[in-house]
Amino acid sequence: MNLKNLGRTARRNLVTYSMVIAAYIIIQVLAAMDLLSNSLSGQLIPICAYVIMAVSLNLTVGVLGELSLGHAGFMSVGAFSSAFFSVAVGDALPTPVTLVLAFAIGMIAAGVFGVLIGIPVLRLQGDYLAIVTLAFGEIIKNLLNAFYIGVDSTGFHVSMKDATALKMDETGRIIIKGAQGITGVNRMSTFTIGFVLVVLTLIIVLNLIKSRTGRAIMSIRDNRIAAESVGINVTKYKLIAFTVSAALAGLAGSLYAHSLATVVAKKFDYNTSILILVFVVVGGMGNIRGSVIAAAVLTVLPELLRSFADYRMLVYAIVLILMMLFKQSPQIKNFCRGIGERLRLGSLFHRRKAENSSSGKEG
Amino acid sequence: MEFLSNLVNGISLGSVYAVIALGYTMVYGIARMLNFAHGDIIMVGGYICFISMTSLGLPVLVSILAAVVVCTILGITIERVAYKPLRSAPSLAVLITAIGVSYLLQNLALLIWGSDPKSFTSVVGFEPLRLFDGKLVITSETLVTIIASAIIMVVLTLFVNRTKVGHAMLAVSEDKGAAQLMGINVNATISLTFAIGSALAAVAGVLLCSAQPSLLPTTGAMPGIKAFVAAVFGGIGSIPGAMIGGVLLGVIEIMSKYYISAQISDAIVFAVLIVVLLVRPAGILGKQTREKV
Repeated sequence: MNLKNLGRTARRNLVTYSMVIAAYIIIQVLAAMDLLSNSLSGQLIPICAYVIMAVSLNLTVGVLGELSLGHAGFMSVGAFSSAFFSVAVGDALPTPVTLVLAFAIGMIAAGVFGVLIGIPVLRLQGDYLAIVTLAFGEIIKNLLNAFYIGVDSTGFHVSMKDATALKMDETGRIIIKGAQGITGVNRMSTFTIGFVLVVLTLIIVLNLIKSRTGRAIMSIRDNRIAAESVGINVTKYKLIAFTVSAALAGLAGSLYAHSLATVVAKKFDYNTSILILVFVVVGGMGNIRGSVIAAAVLTVLPELLRSFADYRMLVYAIVLILMMLFKQSPQIKNFCRGIGERLRLGSLFHRRKAENSSSGKEG
Repeated sequence: MEFLSNLVNGISLGSVYAVIALGYTMVYGIARMLNFAHGDIIMVGGYICFISMTSLGLPVLVSILAAVVVCTILGITIERVAYKPLRSAPSLAVLITAIGVSYLLQNLALLIWGSDPKSFTSVVGFEPLRLFDGKLVITSETLVTIIASAIIMVVLTLFVNRTKVGHAMLAVSEDKGAAQLMGINVNATISLTFAIGSALAAVAGVLLCSAQPSLLPTTGAMPGIKAFVAAVFGGIGSIPGAMIGGVLLGVIEIMSKYYISAQISDAIVFAVLIVVLLVRPAGILGKQTREKV
């Protein structure tokens, strides 16, 4: 294959894929040689889940240009619906079938919630979407904390009060137990499954961005009014991006839920949403490869530097502020450019070289 | 009687929300930004008041004053350092910065004051009010909260509508460029808005902690978000809207806690937000704006 014949985007995507595959092979080799520490091998599935979360949130924040603060809510929907399915099914189906169906259900459920939230909210501008997604995350957490569902010989019983209100006969067993969540989840997720899902997510997102749909979505981000005036259906494309992003978060939730023995709603709170946002901002908004790297590195780093763990969120907060100030503030940008130019003062050669290369590109 | 007592408690909680929402709505009206850190300034106010009362042993009024002064300085500093450089940046960047500031305050508080809850001693200490032969009991905190909030709202409304500085604030929120041409110092006006909002947040923090005595680094986050819901409910940018929205939201929260379910009352409050945005995105008293190209 001649790499030069590929377009720039295709080449960049190829690098991303090979990076992920290389990371997978290296970790498998290390695991085979027994070089992975216990804490690190326990982190492998969460890393995959966070990578999927970061990539999918980047679709909303970086590509669509809208802020979602309830991404963990979609993860929660995926986690609960898929874990509910696999616990309810139990051993009735062969494990791989249960796994695939559970993940599909997690993804679809989160996607449906994405549509339900998206239709009313995406008509609104900017700040409102952030606050409504935040509200949505809190609503989901609240409802799941008060949600009881059990199954007995007569079928399913649902309650929003407590376990006794389910009124089940003696064959009944409770599947979702309010704030205690779902217990006894079959821990089917493996690192390989996580890796496959990461690659699947990358294929979906990178192809979406490259497609006609993706370009429409980015045109809305860059100039909504201009996009509308050339006939782009703003609500439709916003909804597509938002739903795909939500569905992928559901997938990440399913993966994560099947690596835990117990799934509880408070694991997927506002703090988790912010953590994912930090991954996206640090990796670069709109930069998918950056999200993958940032999610993986920032999940592993606190494990390696135990003493850093206390200051972790503090440092993240400062990083968020500084990233925005340095990238967006005109004064600080000019200041930095000024310093940069002073360092290169007198070297006309550099400037001429820069001019040559830029004119070369145009020609 | 149950209903009446819930109504009074709802109005009391709602008036705290209203005081916080005033800060949100004024900052939004003038700087066109959602100050996520506003809720955490409440928490700082609570801690400062707590520290001055217990560790320093200062009298209650001095402690409240200390909280107001510290929060005002904090608010102005945050605006200068984090928000001012981003005034022309896209709203996404400003929003992320505000979230960063909010997280910074929470985690600094966690490092300084620790994660164990502090039990806040109430700043008011007189007997509860008993009406209808003791069937309706109104605690002193509830009473003081309602009265203090009412005074704040009246004073603020007079300040904005009757003074020169208040008019300057209205002008800046209407049109920044035109205000500048009329000789208004826009930067100073924005700083002043942040100062007033933060001072109100400090008072709200003291009132909130007196009613719910456990103080944590995350104490301010939830009331902050709910107050924002109140501001949107009343129409963001509108001062009377924030007051109405706040009180209504407090009543809705207490009522749903009592009559529906304590566990899902927060979910109901947020559902109100979504419904309001669907039916009337500009809120109860908000101006319907038409977009110009």
